[in-house]
Amino acid sequence: MSTDTWGLRESATFDRGAIAAIQRAAETGIYDIRGWGAKRALPHFDDLLFLGASMSRYPLEGYREKCGTDVVLGGRNAKYPLHLDTPVTIAGMSFGALSGRAKEALGRGASEVGTSTTTGDGGMTPEERGQSKHLVYQYLPSRYGMNPDDLRKADAIEVVLGQGAKPGGGGMLLGQKISERVAGMRTLPQGIDQRSASRHPDWTGPDDLAIKIAELREITDWEKPIYVKVGATRTYYDTKLAVHSGADVVVVDGMQGGTAATQDVFIEHVGIPTLAAVPQAVQALQELGVHRQAEGGVQLIVSGGIRTGADVAKAMALGADAVAIGTAALIALGDNDPKYAAEYEKIGSAAGFYDDFQDGRDPAGITTQDPELAARFDPVEGGRRLANYLRVLTMEAQTIARACGKAHLTHLEPEDLVAVTIEAAAMARVPLAGTSWIPGQGGF
Amino acid sequence: MTTYDLTATPLREVNTALHAPELEGDITIVNPFGAHNVAVGLNAPVKVTVEGHVGYYAAGMNQQAEIVIDGNAGTGVAENMMSGTVVVKGNASQSAGATAHGGLLVVEGDAAARCGISMKGVDIVVGGNVGHSSAFMAQAGRLVVRGDAGDGLGDSIYETRIYVRGTVASLGADCVAKEMGPEHLEELTGLLKAAGFTEDDPASYTRYGSARSLYHFHVDNTGAY
Repeated sequence: MSTDTWGLRESATFDRGAIAAIQRAAETGIYDIRGWGAKRALPHFDDLLFLGASMSRYPLEGYREKCGTDVVLGGRNAKYPLHLDTPVTIAGMSFGALSGRAKEALGRGASEVGTSTTTGDGGMTPEERGQSKHLVYQYLPSRYGMNPDDLRKADAIEVVLGQGAKPGGGGMLLGQKISERVAGMRTLPQGIDQRSASRHPDWTGPDDLAIKIAELREITDWEKPIYVKVGATRTYYDTKLAVHSGADVVVVDGMQGGTAATQDVFIEHVGIPTLAAVPQAVQALQELGVHRQAEGGVQLIVSGGIRTGADVAKAMALGADAVAIGTAALIALGDNDPKYAAEYEKIGSAAGFYDDFQDGRDPAGITTQDPELAARFDPVEGGRRLANYLRVLTMEAQTIARACGKAHLTHLEPEDLVAVTIEAAAMARVPLAGTSWIPGQGGF
Repeated sequence: MTTYDLTATPLREVNTALHAPELEGDITIVNPFGAHNVAVGLNAPVKVTVEGHVGYYAAGMNQQAEIVIDGNAGTGVAENMMSGTVVVKGNASQSAGATAHGGLLVVEGDAAARCGISMKGVDIVVGGNVGHSSAFMAQAGRLVVRGDAGDGLGDSIYETRIYVRGTVASLGADCVAKEMGPEHLEELTGLLKAAGFTEDDPASYTRYGSARSLYHFHVDNTGAY
């Protein structure tokens, strides 16, 4: 019998989810750890709309007139900046969190469309380096697998201060995923529940970071762009400090950005939405005179909840030079595929809901170190699927840019956007649709 | 013998010269005056002597080279070293040998806080004392302290072995004193010899390491974190 007919009233405060969480905590005595990013509803790019060209703006012909998508990252100091064909990059995800074959597929897909992929909290694997035309090497607090040989093999270096899913927190990788190979690369005992540090071991604050960045440049002879990645919180200040510290590229990851394993309470309650972070970062870069400058510019990469070409276009219209995708890339590879519906059900989940990346039983063979599960995943096929998806994102963004009369994705601007909610208007600093009102920007 | 004067030659040029392919011989760097990032990223079996004090990250990520700092060293000396030897004749600031994977770091004086933080296989021998939070989250390798250790020694330690001759202000979470077996005495003797401290009695040291009780998340461990 349906509960709708019982006349029962569910508490808005203690709803079924809250009750289940209390019951689970009481039963286990440990917090809930899961993957993915924030699942709560948040103001996002969906709350923005483009003002296509009409009388006062001329559109570009969809199939005849060029709309450029290339981007150069890191030209401020590096001898060899990255030249990407599309501004949609692949975010850092570790070998350990992902299988070696999944990392290989990310490299294959990214390389096919001329974009970059990124290592993670576990070092660089030969599969990934071999298949990645442009590989960004993350420099993390744990320094697992960090070595100067791989540093020299990288095309760019990303100093990671935090990520959107857990700004202020270190990584974790539970014992079931610490296989012999993962343990070896991280210099850890096999099978332990691994906790990564949340602070870098040899520097604190922006003054130290400036020296650290100088060290990385000296070791690599000033060849490689240096990114600084922050989880979105005090983004205006973090961006300014990152630039002062010498970053060539600032990466801002909003709270919808994914993780392989973090406490649920952390994912849902720490950080700010991507939409709120982008204008803060852009303002900081503009005030420093480094936003979208051909000479001496600092590029902005935005991540956290990018799913469609519309999201790409909106992030770039707000001022991003490129975006990064993580969760969406995993879905493109085959994560949450309905063909594994029965297996998801067996482990207490469902296709479209699976977020237990921490437990290593991924039916799709992507977020696992189990050899049998990992063998299910074909890196060549996965790479092709990712390349398809990246092409769709790029073409969708071009479609919108042409409609707005732009010959390059970076020509999109905030003036092309309006918001459909007051919250989004305030965060994105664009007018509420049909008005000239930008809440929070003076007036009322 | 090649000599570089850091008051006359920019650091960039010196480090470029030290990265030259087929580098060999002895090199001396004079007048460092606390410069940061001196002799970083070396990967050659050469001997580099720095005459004076250095700033942050001296000898960072060293491979193969024998680097002697005839003075004090700032934060993160020999950080992430992979192989070779780094000797600091004076004192070292915090995070000496941080995350280093291999090689030998000798600090003849004292080392400040976080000495050997997150060390991953390096051997570190400190002639004097070490500050608080030394060997924090230390994963592998050996840390020898001829003097005393500050608070929180070996907090959240993994498989690093620590030998301390003097007192330990306090041990960090999951770090415990352990029995000194013959293999440990032998190991310690070898480390002291490699560092040039041959007169110490290894039996006067205490060994510390991981109790391994925090290797898995468990509700009963929450008080320890």
